[in-house]
Amino acid sequence: MRGPDVSTSAKLASAISAQFTARARWSPLEVLFWLAALATIWLAPDHHLILTEIVIWALLALSLDLILGYAGIISLGHAAFFGIGAYTAGLLAKHALVSEPVLALLVSGAAGAAFGFLTSFLVLRGTDLTRLMVTLGVALLVREIANRAAWLTGGADGLQGIGMEPVLGLFRFDLYGHTAYAYSLVVLFVLFVIARRIVGSPFGLSLQAIKGNPLRASAVGIGQTWRLVGIYTLAAAYAGVAGGLLTQTTAFTSLESLSFDRSADALLVLIIGGTGHLYGGLIGAVVFRFAQDWISAATPQYWQFWIGLFLVLIVLVGRDRIGSWVAPVRRLADRVSDWRAWRRPPAVEPTAPGEGGRP
Amino acid sequence: MMSASSVPALETRALEKRFGGIVASNNVSLSIARGARHALIGPNGAGKTTLVNMLTGVLKPSGGEILLDGRDITALEAHERVRLGIARTFQINQLFADLTPVETLGLAISERLGTGTHFWRVPGTRPEVVDEIAALLERFRLADVMHERTAVLPYGKQRLLEIALAFACRPRVLLLDEPAAGVPEAERHEILAAVAGLPEDVTVLLIEHDMDIVFTFADRISVLVNGQLFVEGTPDAVARDPRVKAVYLGESLDA
Repeated sequence: MRGPDVSTSAKLASAISAQFTARARWSPLEVLFWLAALATIWLAPDHHLILTEIVIWALLALSLDLILGYAGIISLGHAAFFGIGAYTAGLLAKHALVSEPVLALLVSGAAGAAFGFLTSFLVLRGTDLTRLMVTLGVALLVREIANRAAWLTGGADGLQGIGMEPVLGLFRFDLYGHTAYAYSLVVLFVLFVIARRIVGSPFGLSLQAIKGNPLRASAVGIGQTWRLVGIYTLAAAYAGVAGGLLTQTTAFTSLESLSFDRSADALLVLIIGGTGHLYGGLIGAVVFRFAQDWISAATPQYWQFWIGLFLVLIVLVGRDRIGSWVAPVRRLADRVSDWRAWRRPPAVEPTAPGEGGRP
Repeated sequence: MMSASSVPALETRALEKRFGGIVASNNVSLSIARGARHALIGPNGAGKTTLVNMLTGVLKPSGGEILLDGRDITALEAHERVRLGIARTFQINQLFADLTPVETLGLAISERLGTGTHFWRVPGTRPEVVDEIAALLERFRLADVMHERTAVLPYGKQRLLEIALAFACRPRVLLLDEPAAGVPEAERHEILAAVAGLPEDVTVLLIEHDMDIVFTFADRISVLVNGQLFVEGTPDAVARDPRVKAVYLGESLDA
């Protein structure tokens, strides 16, 4: 009686651990994704300028995914943090306050985070509409302040005369954007890994609980205030870094970085790629930027028309179906993992049956 | 008869809730003894769920006090009350649709252990959490659906998860709001077994329509009518009370 009992509960325990660790494990598709991204450093040297733009959009959309996809906070003012990061990086470089780019980027992130922390208390409660309006309003305010404070920001002319020092004192920014791209990609990767770890943690899980059912979340003892403040601040830091990257890689920043268009496009990029799975912003950025390039090359005036149509279609087709095109990819990823797990045991034996199955 | 040590597990004093001109709870003074199996019954609209919502901090009372083990918790937030040992289930499922039962239970356990805000750890790496999830899955017969998203679970399993989730908070006082509501007859016994199998030291307040469940389970019954406490006593006394029969039980018992 006792024997089988113990082994059943041991089996159950290991199945539980397996469920948790399966989520944390990097799937082969993910590894492939990042290897492909890495390969573009060498394989697509002519496209590094546009690829850098894509990376920056990806980081901004990733930042938005942290609050929208994982905590259910919708924002139409994410450019506020992006722009604050952009101007911080610009001012630091221009006045040689912090001349090493990586360090300056950290300061940009901190500036975004500080402003995110302060404004997070405005989005803690309320409906989606309230949050949209509050975030939109805050971003408009910041943009107007930047416009008025021309002595600091250069106003409508943008912040000019930014000279960039080499990254880590070693890698000089070049005209073709090679350094800029490699630098941006590394930053994106590092921040992605951190975000991935955080959303997979108990903290990340509790955010999803708050998003999924706030009533039940508090009924199991999950306090919401500080968790939402925390993720909003983190997202703002990410957006600040994205803005800082734009300034550093283009040696220029303008009011565009704080504009409503940027907030709206960030949301669009994320919606294209899908919310709540971290890769949405990355995939969305690739699709968005290349589509923009191709469509505007074909029909220069009608870029907005096509993107508008695309947006309407996506939203009409609905969240469930967007989720459903993600699902087959997930299943494929699972199958690849299963296949690897299945291959492992035969590999111990001298004659691997797995080999025979493949022509 | 009350000895000095018998501070009630849960007590309300002149609790009141008004929604505009409507009085949903009126001067409710309820005392639930430690370890009791206390049932709260009453016709539809009697204010049972309003009372539970006030006890758990979902609604702020318009007046009166709530005491947990003699401590005033009236002003505390819902999540703070959970930490003090009061948990509940919902009449209509309130679960996390996208999470599996394993993740759902893991959440509640981590929260209780104070590790719910750890942001740099893979969940389920602590053996004590895993073991507790396993024990809950077995106790509430959820092991066979542990990998499924909650949204796709059969209704009966979702009801079991409701109870398991509240139980995962290790409450000293557990409020069950119609735990078997909507469960098909065939799956009902599973829910009832789960309720009957709750440890004796957990104080249970059961809100229920089904008189069979109430009379098998409860050792004390309070009848709520029009937001007011109408009668309180042992099941026998309540069943015999002519006023209760007149107002409420008549129809459902004699039917």
